[in-house]
Amino acid sequence: MAWTKTILRINLTTGEITKEPLNMEWAQQYLGQRGLATKYFTEETDPNVDPLSPENKLIFATGPLTGTCASTGGRYSVITKGPLTGAIACSNSGGYFGPELKFSGYDMVILEGKSPNPVYLSIFNDKVQLRDASHLWGKTVWETDGMIKAEVQDPLAHVATIGVSGEKGVLYSCIVNNMHRAAGRSGVGAVMGSKNLKAIVARGSNGVQVRDPQGFFAATDAGKKVLAENAVTGEGLPAFGTQVLMNVINESGAMPTRNARDTVFEGAHDISAEAMAEPRRSDGKANLSTNQGCFGCTIACGRVSTIDPTHFTLQGEDKERYKHASGGLEYEAAWALGSATGVNDLDALTYAQFLCNEHGLDPISLGSTIAAAMDLYEEGVINHNTTGGIELKFGNAEALVKVCELVGIAEGFGAELGMGSKRLCEKYGRPELSMTCKGQEFPAYDPRGIQGMGLTYATSNRGGCHLRSYTVSSEILGIPEKTDPLATEGKAGLVKAFQDATAAVDSAGICVFTTFAWTLEDIAPQVDTACEGGWSVDKLMEVGERVWNMERKYNMAAGIMGDQDTLPERVMKEASKAGPAKGLVSGLDKMLPEYYELRGWSQDGTPTGETLSRLGL
Amino acid sequence: MQLALVIDPGKCTSCKQCEMACAYENEQTFNPAKSRIRIFDFHEEGRFVPYTCTQCDEAWCQSACPVNAITTDQASGVKLVHDNLCVGCKVCTIACPFGTINYNADTGKVIKCDLCGGDPACAKACPTDAITYADVEQSGFDKMKAWAAKTDSAAQS
Repeated sequence: MAWTKTILRINLTTGEITKEPLNMEWAQQYLGQRGLATKYFTEETDPNVDPLSPENKLIFATGPLTGTCASTGGRYSVITKGPLTGAIACSNSGGYFGPELKFSGYDMVILEGKSPNPVYLSIFNDKVQLRDASHLWGKTVWETDGMIKAEVQDPLAHVATIGVSGEKGVLYSCIVNNMHRAAGRSGVGAVMGSKNLKAIVARGSNGVQVRDPQGFFAATDAGKKVLAENAVTGEGLPAFGTQVLMNVINESGAMPTRNARDTVFEGAHDISAEAMAEPRRSDGKANLSTNQGCFGCTIACGRVSTIDPTHFTLQGEDKERYKHASGGLEYEAAWALGSATGVNDLDALTYAQFLCNEHGLDPISLGSTIAAAMDLYEEGVINHNTTGGIELKFGNAEALVKVCELVGIAEGFGAELGMGSKRLCEKYGRPELSMTCKGQEFPAYDPRGIQGMGLTYATSNRGGCHLRSYTVSSEILGIPEKTDPLATEGKAGLVKAFQDATAAVDSAGICVFTTFAWTLEDIAPQVDTACEGGWSVDKLMEVGERVWNMERKYNMAAGIMGDQDTLPERVMKEASKAGPAKGLVSGLDKMLPEYYELRGWSQDGTPTGETLSRLGL
Repeated sequence: MQLALVIDPGKCTSCKQCEMACAYENEQTFNPAKSRIRIFDFHEEGRFVPYTCTQCDEAWCQSACPVNAITTDQASGVKLVHDNLCVGCKVCTIACPFGTINYNADTGKVIKCDLCGGDPACAKACPTDAITYADVEQSGFDKMKAWAAKTDSAAQS
């Protein structure tokens, strides 16, 4: 139950479409979504495959709780080998697309090969077709969404698509569903583009069943109550979104600013949740129009924003589509496009966020790459001639917006920025200016001010990322218990516990944001009443640890060894200049050996045979 | 006292818990495609609006039905579709000005909100009280109160 127990396999080279039963033995070991799809992926794909070649596969996967009434039960993930990192990529998205795929009758879709021509995949229950997309090639996410809905004549269909950036191989292009929600990181959009697959549209009318309906209602009701009564999920996130963190992280001295030259941003308040809620002078309205929930979500942290009509970004021709409410700034985006580039213009950042949604760009990698380019510009390594006349200095909002427009269509200097900061900085001979781990830009928490996040970034299986073990919960918010963000002691165990629990959550079909309030004690009864197999907290933790080691094993087979469990030189050697972390660098070297030991890995970061066999790997 | 679904779109986040609760109540499966209530997303305006049958006193669907398959429950005012009588002619779906009675191809009958026999699942499932089940004669109370507060000149002087 809860699983549909059917997989859709699409060979894009031959056009062959097959349905096959889900491997239920694997489902018991890997649950669903991130875990189960990664199991399929690693079994079927050579670790040394070129991520942008037809031999790479691309999997869209739901979890057992996707499409149920469990709070936040609307997630799906895209699993592939990422072109930005060369590591396993697994990007998670909300919105309404994932449940629709499941209502069509499928737990996951495995896409293989490469279509000879641009196509999109149409899934209406049993009727599954590859349709011509030559007229959609070159269209934006927003245009494609509308055109496909018109073509299939169903306004209730849900579309996941790439923009031009994905077609042209921007290495951090994402797959956007429902116009504003994205499987955002590691360049999964570029893999989709390399296969000549523009979009997937789904509409289903098959229900999802659970094992024990009465028990499931009791467990999910109890879970919703916990979310509603928690200060973060019941009040902070609905009112302020993740942007509630902007001032908090800044005051903690952990705000990577101007390409991590600084750790405190003087303009943070101007781009914070509080600023988004303030009525502006021109029309008396606030940047924030309303909040929105993804499918099944009783938290509703999503931001819907409007830009000040008098703002410079909306002047000129062809701006109509940005003049109404649209998907607004989350914290990571506000940080990357704002703090990292030193820009404190809220409406410019909102416009840049709209561009990310319209063109399918990961705002974290985009903002961090622009920040690196600004660093190169200020250092005199690149200049006007390189950027095509753009004065790419820290704090320049006009320049920020201009380069975002260019990356969206991968033209001019935008095409160079589309390579990501690692390749950009290497090209110009300054690799140390790239704020990346394993090739992926790290997000909005400075490892000097929140030590656990340094270990999180360094050991993340998909490169620099906060969503693999969000120790900010403990180190800043005190969830489940407060730890000192400036201390390294105890962080190895904290990171491991968060990594394993998060891997289980990502495999269930629910959102990791629930874990501000939920522990696995709240989640296990929901999974257990939905699925056969006796899903205890212990079993979920074991699944999480298994998933983590499976991903690690794949990465090592792909040549990404323990020596890459590291951080950019800047956060290891240049001390914080101000704030609570003043004088500190990341203490990664103090945490990593203990982490390896707790993981049951050798001191060069290799899982031991004993560990792998204990986990059935 | 007659009760009705009172909908406040300003509180809706488009989470679809109502659609799932409705589908489960009526079809015993999580299947929003079969929900009698539906949330509409006017995303360019930043508005989400739940919409369903409001149980007309003089119901177009009922008047149009050629086989008298739609009856009124006198106590609750609910218009009920009797599956044993419904012939699936869909005339009611044309007659209804609001589009809230619809054909279900899986059963060959029409489906509409029946207030779950007096305990609507959508209202119970709504996490933000955008949908409540309240006295039909007092459904405007909160709005009146809010406007009353704004029109009290004494409070502003």
